[in-house]
Amino acid sequence: MSPTTETSTGGKPDKGYVTVNTEQCKGCGLCVEACVPRVLRLAPHLNRFGYHPAQYLGHGCSGCGLCFHACPEPGGLVVYKRPSMAAAA
Amino acid sequence: MAELLLDDPVAAGFEIVHERPHSFYPEFFRKGDLKDQTHYCPGCGHGIAHKLVAEAIDELGLQDRTILISPVGCSVFAYYYLDTGNVQAAHGRAPAVATGVKRAHPESIVVSYQGDGDLAAIGMAEILHAANRGENITVFFINNAIYGMTGGQMAPTTLLGQKSTTTPYGRDHYNDGYPVKVCELLATLEAPVYLERVALGNAKQINAALRAIRKALRYQTERAGFSLVEILSPCPTIWKLDPVAAQKRVREVLVPAFPLGVYRDRGAEIPKGETLPPRPLPAPPPPLDAIPGLLDIDEQTPDPPAARPAQADLRIRVAGFGGQGVLMLGEVLAEAGLQLGLEVSWLPSYGPEMRSGTSNCHVRISSQEVDSPLVARPNVLLALNEPSLRKFLPTVEVGGWVLYNHHQLPADIAVPEGIHLLPLACSELADSLGETRAGNIVMLGALLAATDGLPIEAIHRALALCVKSARWLEIDRRALATGQQAAREALSNRSQEVRREIQ
Repeated sequence: MSPTTETSTGGKPDKGYVTVNTEQCKGCGLCVEACVPRVLRLAPHLNRFGYHPAQYLGHGCSGCGLCFHACPEPGGLVVYKRPSMAAAA
Repeated sequence: MAELLLDDPVAAGFEIVHERPHSFYPEFFRKGDLKDQTHYCPGCGHGIAHKLVAEAIDELGLQDRTILISPVGCSVFAYYYLDTGNVQAAHGRAPAVATGVKRAHPESIVVSYQGDGDLAAIGMAEILHAANRGENITVFFINNAIYGMTGGQMAPTTLLGQKSTTTPYGRDHYNDGYPVKVCELLATLEAPVYLERVALGNAKQINAALRAIRKALRYQTERAGFSLVEILSPCPTIWKLDPVAAQKRVREVLVPAFPLGVYRDRGAEIPKGETLPPRPLPAPPPPLDAIPGLLDIDEQTPDPPAARPAQADLRIRVAGFGGQGVLMLGEVLAEAGLQLGLEVSWLPSYGPEMRSGTSNCHVRISSQEVDSPLVARPNVLLALNEPSLRKFLPTVEVGGWVLYNHHQLPADIAVPEGIHLLPLACSELADSLGETRAGNIVMLGALLAATDGLPIEAIHRALALCVKSARWLEIDRRALATGQQAAREALSNRSQEVRREIQ
């Protein structure tokens, strides 16, 4: 199965994307709490520091950045947008 | 799940909109594996606040101008993370350090980052006075209502009823006082320009916090003055809550106790894009060679008079009512000693009772080094009133002199054997000269007549240095002569009496 950014709703491409630096994440869950489209969760596995790192579900990110500011780790998350959307933001 | 994720979102057509701010070091100065993450607990408000500050510094392009003053507390290590100038201050003293840094580097952006134990307890004085001086600094005040680093003691900001290790039954205002509201407190001062309280209780509050942080920094670039942003922040570890519940507690418990909002915003009066002129610099310090002139000691000290005594050991106690010129008399004596090139000390001893109470001073004039400025066994007692005579007469050394400000001793006082006594109504003599207050100098004249330890020219020089007003200098010179004359007469009459008695 190839990576996709097509949402399941209407086949439109996702506006945004998010990556988690799993080795910096302390599993506090504040990004999960902040995420409006609810596309983040805490992974069932542990990272090497013993935390359940945050995990992107793979689609549905709006690129709003709320998770980024809720995250206490400087490099815990990176948030992306499609160029046209980024310009509009 | 993981196989659904993109290896490289940029290759898939995305652009980065939020990433680690550049104002963080790329790697932290921490051991081994820890160089990528902060030392903060999961869900700690400090991490979020650091990120907001770093992002605001990035946005305003201030990274190379910013100097961060970190406090004592969990955020003591802020210098591990923020790639700016850094100074770590003693507990509570960050605003004082920031004051110095800002004044020395007025074009730098100086940020004091402090917790509530640091700022509102041990550092309360520093923050109040820095705010009151309107220092052009920015303070980020992280309030989590507890001492976090040390394990959960009551902070000044701890809520009523809140349990802590030092308030195990909950904070009780009868015993522990009320939570200190820093924004409200600082808003009573004239000088602060911007005071706002924000919170980290949810995404919306965090966004508002970022705006406030950005504004506070921008105001500093505009030289607006003192700004402080209080940030209500979670401490999941000490609150014993998971990070999400701790964030909820910020919203539901802290915010009602510490209302959010703008408590002062004078920066808004500055037209957008304008920068106020720099604060006027204090006058530069005078050049070194101007200092003697400022202290009125610019005349070359004349050579010591020829009459300089080879041996001198005057241990003088001057005592009287406050206002009789006790300390001044001591100063003139010490200055005269200096004029003779002798070693001197002058030690005033006065307490809260000085005004209209008693006052005294210790003066030592010696040809040797002065080992102690205290005069416990005087060889000269200048008693300007009766209580002083009663108090210090027993301390006078055998062979010493006692001058008393009345024409005779009180009937019940006997002078110990071997002590020279000269009772003289100095204040009355001064009164007849038109200035009762010159009684001290009349007594000084009498001392010169009674003993030959100090040449009169040295006293004249000392008076000229100690007495600023020309009118008083004239009065004092007459008082000195009067005292000398009166003492000579009294002593000569006494020796005639003694002679008659012997005959």
